[in-house]
Amino acid sequence: MDVVVGQLFTGLSIGSILLLAALGLSLTFGQMGVINMAHGEFIMAGSYTAYVVQQVISAAGVSLLISLLVGFLVGGAMGVLLEVTLIRRMYHRPLDTLLVTFGVGLLLQQAARDIFGAPAVNVVAPQWLSGGVEVLGAVVPKTRLFILVLAAVCVVALIVAMKYTPMGRRIRAVVQNRDLAETVGISSRRTDITTFFLGSGLAGLAGVALTLIGSTSPTIGQSYLIDAFLVVVIGGLGRIEGAVIAAVALGLLNSFIEYSTTASIAKVIVFVIIVVFLQIRPQGLFAVKTRSLV
Amino acid sequence: MSVARSTFAKRAVAVPVALAAAGLLLTACGSKAGDTATGATGESCVDTSGDTIKVGSLNSLSGTMAISEVTVRDSIALAVEEINASGGVLGKQIQIVAEDGASEPTVFAEKAEKLISSDCVAAVFGGWTSSSRKAMLPVFEDNDALLYYPVQYEGLESSPNIFYTGATTNQQIVPALDYLKEKGVKSLYLVGSDYVFPQTANRIIRAYAEANGIEIKGEDYTPLGSTDFSTIVNKIRTADADAVFNTLNGDSNVAFFREYANVGLKAADMPVVSVSIAEEEVVGIGAQNIEGQLTAWNYYQTVDSPENKSFVDAYKAKYGANKPTSDPMEAAYTSVYLWKNTVEKANSFAVADIQEAADGVTFDSPEGTVTIDGDNHHIAKTARIGEIRGDGLIYTVWDSGSPIEPDPYLKSYDWASSLSGS
Repeated sequence: MDVVVGQLFTGLSIGSILLLAALGLSLTFGQMGVINMAHGEFIMAGSYTAYVVQQVISAAGVSLLISLLVGFLVGGAMGVLLEVTLIRRMYHRPLDTLLVTFGVGLLLQQAARDIFGAPAVNVVAPQWLSGGVEVLGAVVPKTRLFILVLAAVCVVALIVAMKYTPMGRRIRAVVQNRDLAETVGISSRRTDITTFFLGSGLAGLAGVALTLIGSTSPTIGQSYLIDAFLVVVIGGLGRIEGAVIAAVALGLLNSFIEYSTTASIAKVIVFVIIVVFLQIRPQGLFAVKTRSLV
Repeated sequence: MSVARSTFAKRAVAVPVALAAAGLLLTACGSKAGDTATGATGESCVDTSGDTIKVGSLNSLSGTMAISEVTVRDSIALAVEEINASGGVLGKQIQIVAEDGASEPTVFAEKAEKLISSDCVAAVFGGWTSSSRKAMLPVFEDNDALLYYPVQYEGLESSPNIFYTGATTNQQIVPALDYLKEKGVKSLYLVGSDYVFPQTANRIIRAYAEANGIEIKGEDYTPLGSTDFSTIVNKIRTADADAVFNTLNGDSNVAFFREYANVGLKAADMPVVSVSIAEEEVVGIGAQNIEGQLTAWNYYQTVDSPENKSFVDAYKAKYGANKPTSDPMEAAYTSVYLWKNTVEKANSFAVADIQEAADGVTFDSPEGTVTIDGDNHHIAKTARIGEIRGDGLIYTVWDSGSPIEPDPYLKSYDWASSLSGS
């Protein structure tokens, strides 16, 4: 029993981490269709933000909460900078965008290496997040609970923002029909920038949260990038609900398969399942109905 | 406009996946470089006429391994500087030709070839991963040149053209097992990264366990760079072994130890013995997450000897007071001195003379006196089990007392007879 509970929680936890890493991507890739390979480096920037903030404010609890905000702003600012300087010039050249942002990602990694050194740095987790809670015989680490709650809050906030705020309505309008949105007076330029700010900001926020469970090194973003893309693709481009279900499903699959086999085999099996799934449903779990011609 | 964008979005789906696959393929092709070695067996071009002698320093200064190998390059440079200050080797000043192996075995092989054939160095110091060593091995054998390799490794190798100054398995893993057995450990859980060193190490551990009545409760591998250890830690928790033997590499250790501490597992109840965590790695993991856990090496910064004090002081003076010294760095530093002592014993820089003279050459290194074994080209080293403390340093809790003779094929251990076949 405690094994099932433990793995159930582990699955949810892996899912929430994937989701946090993928949420920003579901905006920039899912909504705008930009393949931003530097998304992982925005996550990394968030992690290092947490480190820098902790150097200034040494109380780990306070610094974590401040880092979440600052990480969001840093990620968002980097995203806007990238959008304004490079990506906006390439909206019709997806492969160029991919290569350019990949290059930017490498630059950012090396920059982190030069500034903070190649070895991983340590971000201390606050005292109130150390240790675990016992649930039905299984021990659930508090850091993972925190990330789970944070992911849930982000999803709810994002859905509310997209559904009920003027900004969200503008983003959806531009995604569904850019030309028509412009004819009713929405500035698609400004909307693009807003979307990119939100998406990249969420990456920064994810980076801050990830320091609680993993290492903070220049390559941290790389380890989440592919998984994040997979979540968005499986969920269906442009659907936040899809990303949530995809992330949780991947997390649970991973945790239960890994428990009964090994980590390496589990990765292979999960990838095979994904490939088969995308053969059957290339559009992902949910498909956005747009008025575009394809 | 919208047309262009949505078709693109669909096509785009395949791209990240394809990239991931391409990345995997690239890594898979990494280790065939030896094939390109030209096999020039002609006369060595090493110039011994002037008042300088050139040696090569070949370490990854870029890529994922740079994190570790830069410190090895620094230690080699320190040793060379000290030797030059005290008169050089056979009256000649040493001049380092430094090359970047870029964390790629193929690049290591190419750069080794360049150092030997066009820079005409008398010896090369460096390499870290086993794949980099395996890629360089044919280059050094074909050119009949010398490599000093400073990192602990999985054993089962011995080349006349390589001197192994890190530990082989009977100087690190076997003493760690002896220690655990002595402490009354009856069951073990094995965790490692999925590549050659952990797999070989765990085969040795299994053979040892079988012969000594230790139960292996589980054996798990994660892909290199893996960052999610919740499932494995859950498995370890339920398996309830007496100790965990950890051969994880790199950043994975950070995630592993954080998870381990967070589910409430403690060094006092189920200690983790690690063979790839040295002083620098402790900084990244955070000493508070790993306090009390054990490591197996031959050297720690805290080793109390005059030789070590002067090494640590010199290193910190040159590279910064906050820089720790670790086992591979010490082995690299030692390797330069061993080369110097061998050259002076042979009174020659020629490879054949060095091979001839190597047996029994010693050096009073920071870890204690080490001696070259002329048959297998490894060195006798003292094994040390260390405990990680809150200050981030590792303190010896047990040592083998005297240097252990190297036995890369574990021939002198009955229980290991089934291993030497491969």
